[in-house]
Order: sequence, then C-alpha cells, then structure tokens
Amino acid sequence: MMVSRQVLTRTSRIRASRARLQNRIAAAVIWGGAIFVAALFAWLMADILWHGWREISLAYFTQEPESAGRLGGISSILVSTGLILIVCLVSALPIGLGTAIFLAEYTGPEDTVSRKIRLSLNVLAGTPSIVFGLFGNAFFCKMLGMGFSILSGGLTLACMVLPYFIRIAEESIRSVPQSYRMGAVALGLSKSTQIMRLILPVAVPGILGAIILSVGRSLSETAALIFTSGYVDRMPESLYDSGRSLSVHIYDLSMNVAGGDQRAYSAALVLIVSLILINFITGLIGRAWSRRMISIS
Amino acid sequence: MSLWQKDKAFLFVLSVCASLAGVISIFIFFFLAKESVPAMAGIGLSQFVMDETWFASENQYNVLPLLWGSVLVSVGAVAFATPLGILSGLFCHFYAPSAIAGFYRSMVHLLAGIPSVIFGFWGLVSLVPLVARIHPPGPSLLAGVIVLGIMILPTIMVILDDAIANLSRLYLNSTVALGVSKWGALKGLILPNLRKQVGVSILLGLARSIGETMAILMVCGNVVRFPTSVFNPIRTLTANIALEMPFAMNVHRSALFFTGLIMMVLVAILMSTAQTRTSRQA
Amino acid sequence: MDITRNSLHLPKDAPPVTIPCCIKTTNLSLFYGKKAAFRDISLNLDRNSVTVIMGPSGCGKSSFLSALNRLSDFIPCCEVEGSIHLDGESLLEGSIDRTVLHKRVGMIFQKPNPFPMSIRKNITFPLREHGITSKRELEARLVQVLVDVGLWDEVKDRLDTSALTLSGGQQQRLCIARALALEPEILLMDEPCSALDPISSGKVEELILKLQARYTLVVVTHNLSQARRIATHAALFWVKDDCGCLVECGPADQVFGSPREELTAAYVKGMKG
Repeated sequence: MMVSRQVLTRTSRIRASRARLQNRIAAAVIWGGAIFVAALFAWLMADILWHGWREISLAYFTQEPESAGRLGGISSILVSTGLILIVCLVSALPIGLGTAIFLAEYTGPEDTVSRKIRLSLNVLAGTPSIVFGLFGNAFFCKMLGMGFSILSGGLTLACMVLPYFIRIAEESIRSVPQSYRMGAVALGLSKSTQIMRLILPVAVPGILGAIILSVGRSLSETAALIFTSGYVDRMPESLYDSGRSLSVHIYDLSMNVAGGDQRAYSAALVLIVSLILINFITGLIGRAWSRRMISIS
Repeated sequence: MSLWQKDKAFLFVLSVCASLAGVISIFIFFFLAKESVPAMAGIGLSQFVMDETWFASENQYNVLPLLWGSVLVSVGAVAFATPLGILSGLFCHFYAPSAIAGFYRSMVHLLAGIPSVIFGFWGLVSLVPLVARIHPPGPSLLAGVIVLGIMILPTIMVILDDAIANLSRLYLNSTVALGVSKWGALKGLILPNLRKQVGVSILLGLARSIGETMAILMVCGNVVRFPTSVFNPIRTLTANIALEMPFAMNVHRSALFFTGLIMMVLVAILMSTAQTRTSRQA
Repeated sequence: MDITRNSLHLPKDAPPVTIPCCIKTTNLSLFYGKKAAFRDISLNLDRNSVTVIMGPSGCGKSSFLSALNRLSDFIPCCEVEGSIHLDGESLLEGSIDRTVLHKRVGMIFQKPNPFPMSIRKNITFPLREHGITSKRELEARLVQVLVDVGLWDEVKDRLDTSALTLSGGQQQRLCIARALALEPEILLMDEPCSALDPISSGKVEELILKLQARYTLVVVTHNLSQARRIATHAALFWVKDDCGCLVECGPADQVFGSPREELTAAYVKGMKG
C-alpha cells in the first residue's frame, strides 16, 4: 500500500511540474506575440514620425508642389483632397441617411426587402477598392463623360463608403428608445415629423460617427482614385479638374518620383495625424451633443 | 389629409434612396461584365488560362500567374496574422493587466485606421531593404505577406477578441474553480471552442487581402511569374490592374475589367461563406 | 385654419354634447401572434368619468388601453378583433386618420417620456405639427396646460431648459400637459404613477380628479387604494386560461361597495391579486 501511494504522489508531482512548465511557456509565447505586434506598430509609427516631421512647416501647407513634389508643399493636394471629400459626402450622405432611415424605421431586420438591400450592401462593402476604381473609370469618367476629375473621384468614393455609412447610421437610429416613438405616435405626430424632429436629433452622435468613418475611409483610399480623380498636382479650378489626393500623392512620390521618399514621409505623417485628429474631435463632439440633449436645449 | 400626404412623400423619398443604394452593387457587377465582353469575345476564355503568361503588348493574357500571386500572398498574410491574432486575443483577456490590455486594444484600433498606402510606403522604405539584406532583390512575396499580415491583423483580432470574451464569461470561472491551471483552461476550453470564429476570421481576412491593392503594389515587385521562393517578386491581380490601367486600350483594357470581375466574384464568395457561417452560429 | 381652431376649441367653449357613452368596445380581443392578451371585452366608458381598470399583471390591462387608440398597430404581430366605437364612429373598420384619432384620444405612459428638447418645445412642437402656428396661441396654450397640471410655478423660470432635467414626477406631469395641450376628449393613462415616488404620485392623483370635469379618463393601476380614491367607474380584469378577461365593471360605489362577483369582492378587500 505504502509503495503504491508514494508512486502516485511522484507521478502527480511530475505532472504538476510539467503543467507549470507549459504554463510558463504559454505565457512567454503569448507575451512574446503581443510584444512583437506592438514592436511592429511602434516601428511603423516611429519611422513615419521620425522622418516625417522634419520637412513640415507652415510653408509646407501653403505652397504648391514643385518638381513633381520633391520640392514645395502640398497646398493644392490638400484642396483637391478636401474637394473630393466634399463631393463624396454631399452625394453619399442624403442617400445613405435615407436608406438608413428606411431600413431602421420602415422594415424589420428580417423583412425580405431589408434582407435583400442589406445583402447587396454587404457585397458592396466587400468589393475591393480597385474594382471601384475600374467601375468609376468606366462609368463616371468615360460613360458620363466626367473625365479624370474630382467629381468622378468623389462619386466613386461615395459608392464605396455608402455601405459602411448606412450600417452605422441604421444601428444608431434603431437604438433610439422606443418610448420616444410611442410618445410621438400617441400625440398624433406624423411619421415624418417623428423621424426628422425627434429620432434623428437623438441619433446624431451615431450618425456623426458614421460620417467620420466615411471621411476616414475616403482619406485613406488610393486605389479607387488613381484612375478616377487622377494624378494632376496643380491647384484645381473646378470640380471637373483632375486633382491629386493626399494618399495618391504619397503613392506617386514613393513609387514614381526618384528622391521623393522624404516628401512622401511628410505627406504620410500629415495623413496619419489628420486621421487621428478627426477621430478624436468626433469623440468630443459626440459627447458634447449627448450632454446638450440632457441639459440645455 | 396633408399629414398623410407628407408621410407618403417622405416614404417615397426614402424608398428611392434605399433602392438606389441597393442596386449599386448589382450595377457595378453588370458594368464590369459589360466592359469585359470585348475581352471574352476577342480573346476567348481559353486564352485566359492557356496563354504562356500575362504580357499585354504581345497579346498574352494568362491570368493564372496573377491569380496564383494573389492567392499566395493572401494565404501567407492570413497564416502570418491568424496566430498573432489568437495570441493577441488571449493576451488581452488573460495575460495583460487591464491597463495594458486597453492600451493594446486601442493600438490595434489605430492600426486598423492606417491607410493601406502608408503600410505600403512603410514596407517599401523600411521592410523591403531589410528583406533585401537577407536575400535580394527585396520587393518580394515575403515583404507582401508581412505588410498585408499586419494590415489584416486588426480584422482578425477584433472577431477573436469578442469570441474569447463570450467564451470566458461562459466557462472560465467554473474551470478556475476546478483548479485547472490558466494554460490548461485556455488549451482545454477556450481554444477548441474558438475554432469556428477562427474560421470566420480567416475567411474575412482572405477576402480583405485578395482585394488589397496599394500595399501589395508597393512591396511585391510586380513581376509576372510563378514564384519559386518567398524572396521572389510577384504580381497580383489587383496590382496588375493598378499598373496597367493607365495605358491599357481596347482588348487589353477589357481584359483588365475581366480580372476585376473575377476578383469581385471571388471576394463575394468568401464574404458570403463567412457570413453564412456567422449566422449559423447565432 | 378657422375650422380646425374651432373644432379644437369645442370641448372648452361649447358645453359638451352629452352622449352618455363615449367609447364603447364590443367583444374586443387582442392577439400577440397566436397568443391572446385578452378576449371578448365589452366595456362602455362614460363621458367625464374616471374609469379605473384594475387587475393582476398579465391580465391585458395595458394591451386594452393600447387597443383603444390603436397604438397596438405599432406593435409587431399584434392583431385586434371585435369593435371599438368612438362617439358612434367605428375605429377598426375602414381607414381612419390616425393623427386625428391620437389627438382626440391622448395617452400617458407608465414611464414618463418627455422628448429630449426644452420644456417649452415639448408642448409647442406637437401643437405646431397639428397646425397651430400663431405665437400667441402657442404661448397661451403652454401657460394654460402647465397651470392645469400644476407645473407652472415650478418651471416658469426655466421653460427653455431641457425637459430631461425635471424630476420623474415633474416629467410625468409635463407629459400629461403635453397631451392636454392637444385638447383631447379622452385621456388614457397606463399606470401613470407606478414609476413615481409617493409625493409626485399624490400630485398626479389630484390632477386626475381635477381633469375629470373636462375629460374622460381611463386609468390603469395596480394600486387598489389609489383606485378607490380616483375612480368614478371601475373595471376588474382577470387572467382566465392564460388570457385576460373582464370580471366586473360598473360605478365605483357599486364595484367597491357591493360587488356582484366573489372574485371582485376578494380583490377589493385586498385578499386576491
């Protein structure tokens, strides 16, 4: 009896120490993986920050690019980027908001109509951006005769951001408390008033989030713009002019311009910082709006 | 009644918006198809797989090397990112102190927001020279895999993070109460139950990487060939379109639209498989 | 414009036409999908009365209320059978103008639901929607209803602050004021005091008694002593076979004093429910 008991304790002790060893190895591997990812991230950010900030000055933002971007600034590129963004939002916002209201207020999540629309939007969301570029080139530039222009680029981006915008806007409209709707119905308010005056104002932070996400996606996009809004780095004079967006500028400087790397770094830094700033500011606006709804109105 | 009419007009406007948004994807599909008709008629489908290679100026339109490039780099990226995604998920839930986990999550969030052109640029100026030092020429399948892997890591990690959160709520307290070690619990309970979500995240990661253009275009070297090592440069379907669209004419242009169509279908299949899988779970 | 104003003013200016019964339901049933919430309820609600609907939870009291002004239409899978007549007009047959119906039959919910806008706008915004645009008219109604619900002195200095800053009781009285501003004939109240503290609840009760002179009120409540204090008429609902039904209804004195049914007797003594 004594002997077998001793054996038992010994095997269990071995097993326990093996478990402890496995535990330690697992912890090391998991910490290692996380540190690896963090290090890659830090490398990327530090690289762009370190090389990017040197050339940045006020003049960089106010001068037009010279010698294919090797010299000068990015003023015309910022203007083009802004115009493309405005075209994109002006066309995507009404359609997106209308669709989001339709899906959230007039259809249930499982209705046939809304399921079909949502499936179509999901396909759109998954479509590669280069395919949007092809489509925009063939449809807006060639077929509608807009040519390589800010208008073509903005409209192509609008098609691209629409599904994301709709998804978030719909969610935020759905999450407005049902009691507001019932209260409004009980007061005999028409559905349109209910939505425009009551539900949309409450959903503003969410809709704002949807807009910001669209802005972020548009600012980040390159592939869909190369053959829709084009490469021209002059100051655009109208929406029918070709205009180079910031992201296309980065691409062009690094791939097609010998000695453009330094300026590409600066442009990349501007792009990243503006994306982060936009995110941060929306957070603030959203919070301020919620507070406004509660206190003074 | 005027209120009735107002409501009717309102609903009419909304349905117009919704149908417009709903038909865009169908419209894009048919438009691509229409534009690729000249290629299908002029070149014939057989040439797309029988030609020696893809070389437009000599009327060679074999898409297979391009497709193979796309598949290789995507699979490689997913193989690179999935283990890191799993490790990251486990790290945030079970190993990191909550402050670090929060920091790590916001870092991944930030990573998700970085434009692909910046990943590509960083890859081009930082990673490619490093790869070149190990084995020239530098722009290669390997560089593409790493850059793309970092890009899709957030997609994968977000899905797994949610899944692990659910699982740990369900099981972890009971297993800890049974005196199972941390790794034992993870190995025995969390990881096996994670399999489905890992599958979904792989599919979504694949869909995302197949469609990726800029980063790949900038770090992969863009030589049309079947690679024999990870250090060989490759060209993907997407990069091919971006490279050749600016000067493509007639049949060549149409052939590019045809490859775009292939990609749209490919991605749609991957996405819908992922979606049916997710909905089946729910 | 003039016509709407006249008809809106009717309850106040002209003495109400005495139709003894203002809402009449006949064999009214309501289903959520296949499950019936209540079945075959025939009830007459008299003008200028306070009808209290009592009963245990799940007996279909609130569903009954929501059927009376067809709010039930907005609940998915909800079907109503039988008939409801409002001053002789059928509510369930043919197409009715919902906005007019909801203006004539107001509803107060269990949980106060002021809109996230200023106190003033909470009252004027629905009025504008119903075609009242004159500033003076809007202001007059605003003051009138806030005085009516006893909120005027409490809020007159902060009409432009958000309604969400009010306390729960104040919010509920604001919701009542908002409904009164539309000059309804009937006011349906779904447990209007159950989310309030005793003092606010007392104020709302006083208000109900005051409103009885000018409106027809239907109040659902769980609270027996409250029912005794405010009711001129009472109805008891009960659950039979997993479905709501009407046990007894009549003038309050009779229902509380000499009930016909044993169940009612037990309930009003506080022995059941």
